[in-house]
Amino acid sequence: MVVETTLLRWIVALPALGVLFHVFLGRRATGAVKIIGPGVVAAAFGVVVAAALRLHALPEGAALHDRVYEWIVAGPFHADVAFRFDALTAVMTLVVTGVGFLIHVYSVGYMHGDAGFARFFAYLNLFTTAMLILVLADNLLLLFVGWEGVGLCSYLLIGFWYEKPENAAAGKKAFLVNRIGDAGFLLGLFLIVWTLGTHGIWSLDVTAIEEHLNVLAPVALPVCLLLFVGATGKSAQIPLYVWLPDAMAGPTPVSALIHAATMVTAGVYMIARLHALYALAPAALTVVATIGAATALFAGVIATAQTDIKRVLAYSTVSQLGYMFLGLGVATTGAAVFHLVTHAFFKALLFLGAGSVIHGLGGEQDLRRMGGLRTRMPITFATMAVATLAIAGVPPLSGFFSKDEILWGAFAGAHPLPTLGVIGLVVAGLTAYYSGRLLFLAFFGDCRASEETQHHLHESPLVMTAPLVVLALLAVVGGALPVPALVTGEAHEAATPLAFMTVATLLAFGGLALAYWLHVVRPDVPGLIAARLDGFYDLVRDKFRIDELYDALVVRPLFALADVSAWQIDPRLIDGAVNGAAAFVGATSGVWRRAQTGNVQHYALSFLVGALVLVGYYVSR
Amino acid sequence: MPTPLGWYLGLSAVIFTIGVLGVLVRRNVIIIFMAIELMLNAVNLTFVALARSLGSLDGQVIVFFVMTVAAAEAAVGLAIILAMFRNRETTNADELATLKW
Repeated sequence: MVVETTLLRWIVALPALGVLFHVFLGRRATGAVKIIGPGVVAAAFGVVVAAALRLHALPEGAALHDRVYEWIVAGPFHADVAFRFDALTAVMTLVVTGVGFLIHVYSVGYMHGDAGFARFFAYLNLFTTAMLILVLADNLLLLFVGWEGVGLCSYLLIGFWYEKPENAAAGKKAFLVNRIGDAGFLLGLFLIVWTLGTHGIWSLDVTAIEEHLNVLAPVALPVCLLLFVGATGKSAQIPLYVWLPDAMAGPTPVSALIHAATMVTAGVYMIARLHALYALAPAALTVVATIGAATALFAGVIATAQTDIKRVLAYSTVSQLGYMFLGLGVATTGAAVFHLVTHAFFKALLFLGAGSVIHGLGGEQDLRRMGGLRTRMPITFATMAVATLAIAGVPPLSGFFSKDEILWGAFAGAHPLPTLGVIGLVVAGLTAYYSGRLLFLAFFGDCRASEETQHHLHESPLVMTAPLVVLALLAVVGGALPVPALVTGEAHEAATPLAFMTVATLLAFGGLALAYWLHVVRPDVPGLIAARLDGFYDLVRDKFRIDELYDALVVRPLFALADVSAWQIDPRLIDGAVNGAAAFVGATSGVWRRAQTGNVQHYALSFLVGALVLVGYYVSR
Repeated sequence: MPTPLGWYLGLSAVIFTIGVLGVLVRRNVIIIFMAIELMLNAVNLTFVALARSLGSLDGQVIVFFVMTVAAAEAAVGLAIILAMFRNRETTNADELATLKW
């Protein structure tokens, strides 16, 4: 049952109006930007709530639909700008606008006094617009518009402080790595259009795809794998995860909003949206799950040895996204989306808390120069502690429920992969350890910051701490949300056995306890272990030198190729061909050129000869 | 008895040939110019002779046109020669050969 409405377009239009305001008037009216920036997102949240209430009043499986205008007509193919609001969209839009609003509020405090204040909010609102288009789109083409839009905003915001070359480089890296994934995504779309088109279905509507799964069945595997390539780019999975840790060059609210809570989950959303298609290709599901589990483990290991507070969180995000893909791969879509939601709460909270710490310490990001902040920043500490317990999976906080459902799904779901489930359990322990390490290094022990920094140390203003508190509440109670039941439309199968829950809980506490022992009780031990594991520890700290590997395998060969082009192919082959053609014409024309002497009498003679020839011809005929 | 047509045509051919040779052989631009006038008048003579012999006025009318064009051509041509002489201080056709590749 689909109900037409004109409500949905306002969800997208409101943040877009915000963008226009910031672009044209923002510079002159900074005070208004402070209100309008978060305000339009709050308004969009209000519209989303209204839409969700209307959806709730409808029978299960219903959807709201808003056809704005006919967008593309190319022969038989046509696509509309149209939005679709069902349970999955409702969950996503609520997260995007809800968490997004809190982060907007926080940004008012965090970016206070920045020269690019209005520009920042223009980008942030633009991002919200694009993300809402992505999740609301009723066809894959419009989804792709949002997909590229959030990629653009990610680039703009990573390089927000573009005066520093490394920030600009990080933005460029994110953009280029995402292009690789997007190429796969586009190829997947082409394959869908082509396959459906040969059967006379010229549409990319999600509903059209779901109705004609039998047509798509023969190409389901390549389509799913190609779309997953897009997801690995956007959602930072192996092998395209390398851009996300560098993306931490952007302002911290950006890391929270784009690189933790919303944009990086676009890949998860896309696969969840097309889960019916993926169900046709179990091999593709296995690939998704394997990549997810491998990424979760790999990034989790790297996170244990990072010293930059934001990098720990970045690798943690990559790892948690791996969980979500594991959940998708074992066909527990509901659990994956559930983890997406809870992760949005506690990871946004962790990032904003880290931002608060960085703010208080005057820009310091190195965990080795923090410590003892517990008493100096009590609100930040309390909220960060909640987030840490939530991500570690301590019951009854939100992370516990969503993570358990994914892991149990790996053992007993619709498409079980127990080996990956075991990896997931190991990562659960790792997660607890590195999250605990971050918390203990930053907030416990003695303060290792300089006297100067300690002197200026302060708790962040209310505009920053209030969102922290709200997010902390959400991180606590988020586990009670009936997300899986909503998304899958089935009764919530919370049939995780008690024994399994106990194992997961013990792993969480074990990881936290280990972190406490290593970093508070015996702070000398980590150094000893690192020394023992000499080579391996360095390898982990250097992120397994994947960047260097890509540099050697991809970047430098491409540069070498460009060099060859610039110094050999271009001047010799291209210029040579052009100049050669000119030289050939010049050389051959040299002979005939001599006939033109410039002497009029020679020309007159040729007239005469010509005239005589003509006369002779007509006379002799 | 009137003069036969052949005489007129013969005289005209002789004058035209003198004109052609003058254009091709002489080097002074003004002489070349005069030779061109000679060719035009040779043609005029042919027109008039044939008009009279055929009893038609068409040839005589065309002669007026030719004379008009010749007058215009003389004005333009002399102006060009004058301009060239001011610039190059010569009227030798061999030295006025720069208008080429």
